[in-house]
Amino acid sequence: MIHRQTLARLVGDLRARKLSSVELVRACLERIEASQPALNAFISITAEQALDAAQAADRALARGDGGPLAGVPIGHKDLFCTAGVRTTCGSRMLENFVSPYDATVVERLKAAGAVMLGKLNMDEFAMGSSNETSYYGPVRNPWNTDRVPGGSSGGSAAAVCARLIPAATATDTGGSIRQPAALCGVTGIKPTYGRVSRYGMIAFASSLDQGGVIAASAEDAALMLREMAGFDRRDSTSVDTPVPDYVAGLDAPLEGLTIGVLKEFFDEGLDPDNERCLREALTVFTRLGAGVREVSLPNISLSVPAYYVVAPAECSSNLARYDGVRFGHRCESPRDLQDLYKRSRSEGFGAEVKRRIMTGTYVLSAGYYDAYYLKAQRVRRLIAADFERAFGEVDMLMGPATPTAAFPLGAKVADPITMYLNDIYTISANLAGVPALSIPCGFARGLPVGLQIIGPHFAEQRLLQAAHRYQLETDWHLRIPERFA
Amino acid sequence: MYDFCTDFRFLDGTLMALTRAQVESIAHLARLELEPAEIPAFQDKLSRIVDFIGELERADTAGVAPMAHPLPGLSQRLRPDAVTEADEHDLYQRNAPQVASGLYLVPKVIE
Repeated sequence: MIHRQTLARLVGDLRARKLSSVELVRACLERIEASQPALNAFISITAEQALDAAQAADRALARGDGGPLAGVPIGHKDLFCTAGVRTTCGSRMLENFVSPYDATVVERLKAAGAVMLGKLNMDEFAMGSSNETSYYGPVRNPWNTDRVPGGSSGGSAAAVCARLIPAATATDTGGSIRQPAALCGVTGIKPTYGRVSRYGMIAFASSLDQGGVIAASAEDAALMLREMAGFDRRDSTSVDTPVPDYVAGLDAPLEGLTIGVLKEFFDEGLDPDNERCLREALTVFTRLGAGVREVSLPNISLSVPAYYVVAPAECSSNLARYDGVRFGHRCESPRDLQDLYKRSRSEGFGAEVKRRIMTGTYVLSAGYYDAYYLKAQRVRRLIAADFERAFGEVDMLMGPATPTAAFPLGAKVADPITMYLNDIYTISANLAGVPALSIPCGFARGLPVGLQIIGPHFAEQRLLQAAHRYQLETDWHLRIPERFA
Repeated sequence: MYDFCTDFRFLDGTLMALTRAQVESIAHLARLELEPAEIPAFQDKLSRIVDFIGELERADTAGVAPMAHPLPGLSQRLRPDAVTEADEHDLYQRNAPQVASGLYLVPKVIE
């Protein structure tokens, strides 16, 4: 079956003309349409543009041209701006927003020949860990549709999990790639801050946001990331260092590698079934020649509170642009300018986004800046220093991506803190700006478990190698929910 | 304007729950209008969040410099002060809720 092929295999088959892009795109579009009532992974499906692009890709391939991803169907998280295509960011605020330009990531994948099939559902403005805050309805986990897919890139993770598309773009501010990847049993990588351009990515928390990939395997993620990564003058925090060939080095052996097991992550909050899967995964790495030792990051417990100061502060500032004047939702017959601002924003934003904006407004308000924002930035440095110290001793860190497997819809909406604590293992990598990925490493009561691997700045290649070697030894990443097999 | 500094008090080192007036004031600063009926829920959830981030208090950060950017040693890159973008006025205004003669329309500001 065509949908079960990896992206790596599809690239080869398309180039060898064993398969046409039109044929492949049609098959994926059919699967997407059929899955929508059950999963709701897409906010917009761009079938017409996709078929046009597929035809163009087929013509290029027939000439022996076409980029490295020529004809491959993908989806974009609906916070990447796509020229001429509605970009909602999961919000009513941008329900009718048609982006006038492409995000750099979109532009690069287009140039590589990838074909966009649509825009993927997500938590509103990427604020959420369950995809339940989307204005366009929740996404459901393909392994069990009563469960959440994780968030905020829930649509990306669910679509790849159900093999509607071989790969998708995603973004990660506090775990939004790794957490849904873990809960859906797929591979997700958040690169180093600055590695992938943020130009055209709708901003949530600018010092934490980073674009990345969700795919079925580390090899597929490497194929995507190789095209997405790299310097962009239009993003002032983009880093101008060469991008290694993530694909070429995948087979490098792991002998001599030192893995640090994150002591604080194996705490009482970790589900014992998840822990069992993770411990087993570690033995695979030992068998592959890696050394494993325990490492402590003493300040890591402060990650979540520090994040919930820094992220809302930056969010309240970034989301101030939605004023009902230049673009986005505007209320009916405003009395005056204040009324225009207030009602447009209150109607356009959902409850979680409002809470984050208000938390940010509070921590930045007169008299509280030092106590919260500055304090959180100091704690952020302590956490970054913990990582730096750890990477002086080990090459990479391993631990859980999430405390438990996918939880039921509605289970954590009542208390924001319970929801926030879902990202307890992922947030620290964003605060420190280091790259991290999640790969499937087993099942807890029928639901996938994710292993998180964290590396030093710009160690994406080493992380992908480790993940790839593990995936050569195991078949967790090949498991597909029966209903979508 | 609400005075935060006199109204937020510490009790045994922890923050008190936010009052209704405080929540309304924060909403005003954020240019949000909350329905009267939804204020108690915001009050409850925001109080829990404020209490949660109050944990930072226990961190010893004496002598630690604040970290604003996750990549150490990198300074803000500046570009030459030159025009590089084309004028896309019409394209951008297609997303505007209300325009006339190339101008964004808002309610009357000056009486």
